[in-house]
Amino acid sequence: MNYEPVIGLEVHIEMLTKSKMFCSCPVVDSVSAEPNSAVCPICAGHPGTLPVLNETVVDFALRVATALGCRINPVSIFARKNYFYPDLPKGYQISQYEEPLAVEGQIFIGEKLIRIRRVHLEEDTGKLTHVDGRGTAESAENPVESQNRRAPTGGYSLVDLNRAGVPLLEIVTEPDFHSAEDVRAYAELLRALVRYLGVNSGDLEKGVMRVEPNISVRPVGTETLGTKVEIKNLNSFRALERGVAYEISRQIQLIEAGGAVAQETVGWDEAKQSTYSQRSKEDAHDYRYFPEPDLPPLVVSESWMNRVRASLPELPWERYKRFRADYGLNHGEAWGLVSEKAAGEYFQSVLGAGGGAVRTVYAWVTGELFSLMNTSGYGFESGKLPPQEMAALLKLLADGKINQNTAKNVLAEMFASGASAESIVAARGLAQVSDAGFIAQIVAETLRENPHELESYRAGKVTVANFLFGQVMKKAAGKANPQVVRAELERRLKE
Amino acid sequence: MPLTLQEVEHIAKLARLELTDEEKTRYREQLSAILDHVAQLQKLDTSSVPPLAGMSGSESHLRPDLARPGLGAAELLKNAPAQADAQFKIPPVFE
Amino acid sequence: METLTEAQKLLQRGEISSRELTQQALNQISALDGKLHAFLHVDGDSALEQADAADQKRKSAPEPVSPLLGIPLAVKDVIVVEGMPCTCGSRILQGYRPPFTATAVKRLQAAGMIVLGKTNTDEFAMGSSTENSAYGVTHNPWDLTRVPGGSSGGSAAAVAAGLVPAALGTDTGGSIRQPASFCGVTGLKPTYGRVSRYGLVAYGSSLDCPGPFGRSAADVAAVFSAMQGRDPLDATSQDVPFAMNFPLAHRERAGVREKDVETATTLQGVKIGIPKEYFISGIQPEVEEKVRTAILSLKELGAEIHEVSLPHTEYALPVYYLLAPAEASANLARFDGVRYGPRVEGDSMWDVFYKTRGEKFGDEVTRRIMLGTYALSAGYYDAFYGQAQKVRTLIKRDFEQVFAKVDAIACPVAPTAAFKIGAHGDDPLAMYLEDVFTLPANLAGVPGLAFPVGFDQAGLPVGMQLMGRHFDEAALFRLAHAYQQVTDWHLAKPGIS
Repeated sequence: MNYEPVIGLEVHIEMLTKSKMFCSCPVVDSVSAEPNSAVCPICAGHPGTLPVLNETVVDFALRVATALGCRINPVSIFARKNYFYPDLPKGYQISQYEEPLAVEGQIFIGEKLIRIRRVHLEEDTGKLTHVDGRGTAESAENPVESQNRRAPTGGYSLVDLNRAGVPLLEIVTEPDFHSAEDVRAYAELLRALVRYLGVNSGDLEKGVMRVEPNISVRPVGTETLGTKVEIKNLNSFRALERGVAYEISRQIQLIEAGGAVAQETVGWDEAKQSTYSQRSKEDAHDYRYFPEPDLPPLVVSESWMNRVRASLPELPWERYKRFRADYGLNHGEAWGLVSEKAAGEYFQSVLGAGGGAVRTVYAWVTGELFSLMNTSGYGFESGKLPPQEMAALLKLLADGKINQNTAKNVLAEMFASGASAESIVAARGLAQVSDAGFIAQIVAETLRENPHELESYRAGKVTVANFLFGQVMKKAAGKANPQVVRAELERRLKE
Repeated sequence: MPLTLQEVEHIAKLARLELTDEEKTRYREQLSAILDHVAQLQKLDTSSVPPLAGMSGSESHLRPDLARPGLGAAELLKNAPAQADAQFKIPPVFE
Repeated sequence: METLTEAQKLLQRGEISSRELTQQALNQISALDGKLHAFLHVDGDSALEQADAADQKRKSAPEPVSPLLGIPLAVKDVIVVEGMPCTCGSRILQGYRPPFTATAVKRLQAAGMIVLGKTNTDEFAMGSSTENSAYGVTHNPWDLTRVPGGSSGGSAAAVAAGLVPAALGTDTGGSIRQPASFCGVTGLKPTYGRVSRYGLVAYGSSLDCPGPFGRSAADVAAVFSAMQGRDPLDATSQDVPFAMNFPLAHRERAGVREKDVETATTLQGVKIGIPKEYFISGIQPEVEEKVRTAILSLKELGAEIHEVSLPHTEYALPVYYLLAPAEASANLARFDGVRYGPRVEGDSMWDVFYKTRGEKFGDEVTRRIMLGTYALSAGYYDAFYGQAQKVRTLIKRDFEQVFAKVDAIACPVAPTAAFKIGAHGDDPLAMYLEDVFTLPANLAGVPGLAFPVGFDQAGLPVGMQLMGRHFDEAALFRLAHAYQQVTDWHLAKPGIS
């Protein structure tokens, strides 16, 4: 019997607005900021406080939802999700339940359609750390998990509320995924999207984007969904792909051995590369949702929607399509430039500034320039090497004024000093020589100075030509046009 | 009585309230009496009546995205029953 | 202690200083609060400092100064004031010191009022007698064996006994109007959303209304005017202009009822509705009698009296006792021993939650949390919370239909005058029935003004309430003020003072 996996994804995205969702505390990096340094009575859940919604949070959310092709509800309602946990100051989370911000969107992974069921707003919780009897700290995030683990004796837990109240967007798909690879591809696409829209860095390791797959399996060809299992704690794209693959495999093996999949939440153990059960003894799932009385309905006007649509940049998948169509790039090349917005824009700008042929520009931008950026730590958006300057360099190369090698060196110096290609070539006298007479002369000289090698060549050892080529270039102090040298050398060797 | 003892215990668990046996019995009786009284609401046909959504009018009343400094950890922790490392200190979350 | 309006005049004329006025209040508190227990916290030193500052300001500032400058105020202990504790009448907030001040109080402080202290309340505003306070009951100044009403019993008693000219309370199901009636003072439940709830410890978020007590409609209007208005920190608050269009100044009283209509406001053209559902058997006969007499006075002043009907009145009680506890069950979930308040220790964090909440909440609060949790729980939401929200719509529509025909509704505040402390024993439902006439206004969001209209044979005050259209507090003040020009129930003082 063949089984197919059926997977739906819930992704939480932190929106990096200046202030929190319902109060004016700054949104800080809760990993690096001093604990409890960005907390006020509102996000600490003090008695008497009230939430007021940040309009830019809504704007960010509308941009994401619109980019995902969703239908925006002109009126959406907030709801209280009630449960107890030490990192949840009010004892309820303000979220959206029956009437979310947006519904019914879609996104394509290659040719496969993934339907977005809903996009809604909610606030983040604080951070809980468990310190054991020996003083070692570990994160204690999951309310369900924590009710079942045995703690080492001694120890205590600590609560930091910097993250409490940070705005979150939750994106839920229909169970339209059927492989771990597709799940990863979707996550990478979302990462590109949030970066393009300036919502956050898309960094799974930092927790600004959290992906929770719901996985079930069923016999191929059947319609009924199997029991689903939710996986948490997938903190990298690699973990995501492996975790999903592992769970699919685990479920199939279980069923084939005659067992039944239990509906539960499991955690991914990165060290063991396996999932572990977080089955709860208590039924922690009666959230008793009801409409939030402290917040009026959220009204999104037609004019706001128009402003949002007008403000969207070219989306990653739009740019991907265009790069493939207009530039003839293959999948890997196009995606590489698209997934990093600044790289794609740089590439385009160089082309636009007269950088020359697509393949040349592509090779230089993703080759030499990219490795210079990697080692130096300056990225494409740093302005370290303006695209016009890059284009000018490539033009010198294309015009034959310098050769490939020279160009590499000039690039390195441009990067370091900020000087233009033109000025460096002039100052160092690096202009390539293409003059036929000059080249004929140095080729002739080289052949006279290497009679042995000439003999070897005539005797059939053709690889000697490369040595001779190198000698000619050395004699020309690297400035000879290599194509002309090769042609002249070949001509002489064939005599 | 509308409420059983198990239901009382379940509600107390949902609300994180530790009750004595005496309280469970007493609240069971009292809450049942109240529920009997509120049951009269079931008499009304509300099939075409919308729930009263909100009391606050039609404007969303959003606020601009401006950040202001928080209270500061010291001030925030003044009311804390226990603290360590500028954080609220609590017994282990694990059982 | 003078009324607020009298105190204003004396201050303006320089016949009294704010320091003297404040000292007077503190002296009254010293003399009488031992018997009344209206206050949970008094900060005399700070109050006198502020009084001195007010006197300075009055001397040096150009005319005119705020009419509320230098006048003492008491605040119900469910409203936070930085620098003072806030217990909400509960053990679970013992020792809690709020790091901020409620907007409504801030506005009054900006207008120059001096917060003297915090007054007693039923725990988390849940109750109709102030007997549910974990810090002892407040005694009615008219009869110390009786309750002052609740949940704002401390504030009502403080004003009635002349300890302060004005005080703040909150009204979720009648908790300003009913104590006003029991204590013979004037109290306003504003329209929901009129006064910011920022800083009011939430009980029923869609029902709670902070509001003022005073000795007269004019007093109450003065405080209300400075408090009300949209607050950016409360998304449910709204801006609707409020203009006081009636003469504020009381004429001098010689203890004789004036029949001189010339100076009294005429109520020609005002239509008042008398809802038949509020005049049912079970009301203490003297209460009904006094209320009907007061309605006649309004008629004599020119108002037209009409019979009206609010057909869903009987459902107000079950609707309220599902919705308010449901909201409260969520609002009180934050009290968990983690960030503020006392903590009952345990081996695990779960122990701390269960034990702290189990031990520190009182019986009535525990009952309402449980009731509310149940009403929201899986399988019961539609029948309880959902159904209650729908019937609430019907109750609101009743009011809208009546206000298409009349400008105000007149009716009793409570079925009886103040009852004896302990009268309702451990019968929650009997206590809930005290609120039948006040609950509907909270469900509909309309304003309600309670003021005294006489005394029963036991010498206990009887109050009447006027309910108005949303945001039409002005109509209620106008009516009550006119009534108070030709009567003097509101000026009577209990023997204790």
